[in-house]
Amino acid sequence: MTAATAATIGYAGSARLRWIELAPWLLAAAIYFFAPTYLPLGSYVLIMILFALSLDLILGYGGIVTLGHSAYFGFGAYVAGVFAIRVTGDPLLGLAVAAVSAGLLGLATGAVILRTHGLALLMLTLAITSILFEVANKWTTVTGGTDGLHSVPIEPILGMFRFDMFGKVAFLYCVVVVAACWWLVRTIVHSPFGVALAGTRENDVRMHAIGAPVYRRRLAAYTISTSLAGTAGALLTQTTQFAGLSVLGVELSGEVLVMLVLGGVRRIYGAFVGPGVYIVAKDYLAKQSPEYWYLGIGILLILIVMFARGGILGLLDRGLARLKRVRT
Amino acid sequence: MSGLALETRALCKTFGGLTVAANIEFRLEPGARHALIGPNGAGKTTFVNMLTGRLAPSSGRILLGGEDVTGLAPEARVKRGLGRTFQINTLFRDMSVLDNVALGVAERLGIAGRMWRAASAYREVRDEAMELLARLGLADDAGVRVLDLPYGKQRLVEILIALGLKPKVLLLDEPAAGVPSLESERILEVLDSLPGDIAILIIEHDMDVVFRFAKRITVLVQGEVLCEGTPSEIAADRRVHEVYLGERQHG
Amino acid sequence: MDAFLASLFSIAFHGLAYGMILYAISVGLSVTMGLMGFVNLAHGVFAMAGGYLMYTAMDRLGLPWLPALVVACIVVALASMVLERLLYARLYKAGELEQVLFTIGLIFVAVALARLAYGTLPLAAPLPDYMKGQTEVFGRSFPTYRVVVIAVSAVLTAILWFGVERTRWGAMVRAAVDNRAMAQAVGINTGVLFTLTFALGSGLAAFGGALGADLIAITPTYPFEQLVYFLVVVAIGGLGTLRGPFLGALFIGIGDTACKYWVPEFGAFFIFVATMAILLWRPQGLLGRAQ
Repeated sequence: MTAATAATIGYAGSARLRWIELAPWLLAAAIYFFAPTYLPLGSYVLIMILFALSLDLILGYGGIVTLGHSAYFGFGAYVAGVFAIRVTGDPLLGLAVAAVSAGLLGLATGAVILRTHGLALLMLTLAITSILFEVANKWTTVTGGTDGLHSVPIEPILGMFRFDMFGKVAFLYCVVVVAACWWLVRTIVHSPFGVALAGTRENDVRMHAIGAPVYRRRLAAYTISTSLAGTAGALLTQTTQFAGLSVLGVELSGEVLVMLVLGGVRRIYGAFVGPGVYIVAKDYLAKQSPEYWYLGIGILLILIVMFARGGILGLLDRGLARLKRVRT
Repeated sequence: MSGLALETRALCKTFGGLTVAANIEFRLEPGARHALIGPNGAGKTTFVNMLTGRLAPSSGRILLGGEDVTGLAPEARVKRGLGRTFQINTLFRDMSVLDNVALGVAERLGIAGRMWRAASAYREVRDEAMELLARLGLADDAGVRVLDLPYGKQRLVEILIALGLKPKVLLLDEPAAGVPSLESERILEVLDSLPGDIAILIIEHDMDVVFRFAKRITVLVQGEVLCEGTPSEIAADRRVHEVYLGERQHG
Repeated sequence: MDAFLASLFSIAFHGLAYGMILYAISVGLSVTMGLMGFVNLAHGVFAMAGGYLMYTAMDRLGLPWLPALVVACIVVALASMVLERLLYARLYKAGELEQVLFTIGLIFVAVALARLAYGTLPLAAPLPDYMKGQTEVFGRSFPTYRVVVIAVSAVLTAILWFGVERTRWGAMVRAAVDNRAMAQAVGINTGVLFTLTFALGSGLAAFGGALGADLIAITPTYPFEQLVYFLVVVAIGGLGTLRGPFLGALFIGIGDTACKYWVPEFGAFFIFVATMAILLWRPQGLLGRAQ
């Protein structure tokens, strides 16, 4: 954690919005008006930003290492799809149902797995995402199995805004939802709950010794996080009208983890920078040869762990600190 | 004997065939300055862990302020006024000194679970934490990360966190342990200045600290209470000398 | 009734073969995780490498079956020693997240290299003629190769258990697993111990991967797909033990085979649910030590 971020979180910090925090939304506006061919990609980036934010909440701030977060993303995606096909295509209702369902799944699984820690916990998160993958794979009548859910019927938002083929409405929809969730995460991180969550990460024993209900707090954070992950999954289904097995499984969990670490864990904006850089780079580079892309990502990940634990934002901070030292 | 801050009755703990605590009868008066001493392996830490609730006794009862807390979880005992420090610094190392103390204050005030306003908006928490810091002379270090502090100051933060809970009973586990002698005088001053209404039990090896600080001493040997009394009584007791001399011959 | 009994035997047999392979691969993981406290998610990479290298040895170099297997194991073991000294050793003191990230990075690299070198299709495991066909065991007919798998794995397991329990090296490993600081204090060179143990574990994984290519197909995404099974075996059995993963491997091997046979619509669902139940009842595993 750097001096800059440390200063805003905590009892001596300041939660006031700084100008630079609006940068992602200004960039989004710029893309909308000046680069409309990138809107579908932009929507996908926004969705992964939300997914990464949800992971940062429990991994970065809560200190719970999980490889199973795709379970909730995928669950939200499938719930949104099945809901649209079988009940109603209203996107806002579908989004709410998916968010609540993912949160309930998170509450149920979290209540069980948060009683463990370390390898057992990691193992259980893997087991959960594997279970969901198996269910989605075999329950073809509901999930479409390996084919997935196609042509999910999504109605216009609020009856007025139909999803157009240029992706404009979808993009704005994602911007609004992700912005709302971002604000939620930011508020939580700056709140007393957020500081206490950091405490459970920093020193679990001490938190117990000051009378904190550690398990309950972790469970609350986990539930919020899974609900956000499910929201991201639902957005994907609604904007692409498709939900397939790729929204579940260990590989996706690994990929979102890479995106978050690339940007920088525990910085809120690492969850913006990471997916942005990763997805844009992948879009350009992986077209030629996907194998070289994964090779590069693997090597990059190893280098990050060895030399740049704070990711891109961490490197920026270090660079800025060095500049300041040069000036004074 | 009501009105005791802390009491144990016939407290026992066995691990399989090994008895680490045998029938410990212990009484702590309100406002006490009580020391628990004994050779290594005497079971002092086990006793403290039973008092705080980290370890369940095999039999016996623990009463906090007259209330039976034997079955209660550590968090519940903290809420009833029991605070402790750890022998090895157990701090939130990557967080500021202020936040370390503020966490405990916030828990006590019941606001630590709030999500909707910024932590910095809860002025009362920050002010109370700053006041505690000032009392121990750490006000200037409020924004410093704990892991950047020298070890002696970290030990002080350890005590501060416990004070932030406004405990009625405070268990100090070797507060001067590991502190270089230059800085340990500071800690002793702090111990002297602790509020008179808190009942304090200190576990110590350093006899200078014990004799300076304690008004009553309990000697624990192999899980049993050997004797209890004022410092001069203990200093004169031959059995205590044997226990310590014997250990020094071996060690 | 006779058909049911026949299916029971079949499940037991095939489950045992699968379980033995899982054991061979996972035992190294259990020991190194218990010894070094390192979350090595990339362990499947060594198994996959064993499979690919054996194929290359037979296909491109023309080696017969057994020498190819041995060469593959040795090459993987040596390569793992290099990896351990250069990379793994730097992260022994690092946090869980760093270890997870590092090993995921390794998996990505290995998966990419495998795709580049061998393409995306599963490998066809080449078998020598005398291992094809069927053999009679207890009056029933089973594929010869699977009998070989069980027999060879059993022998290797026996050697391993004997080796760890009777040799000095084994005693040092057990001491270091039990209490690393103490082991160092009595003069055990834990660095060398780690490297050798890591090499052995990786070599065993390569053995399991190569021998078991018939049971667990060798594909480039092998380390991702099989990761959960290896970890389940280790987690259920208990870290740092030899017998623990054996129980875990038999449980998964026979359980998974039974489920795929009797309730194929559910696939591995019950195995995972059972894993969760066991880990919640005993988070340290069946034979692990309570923390």
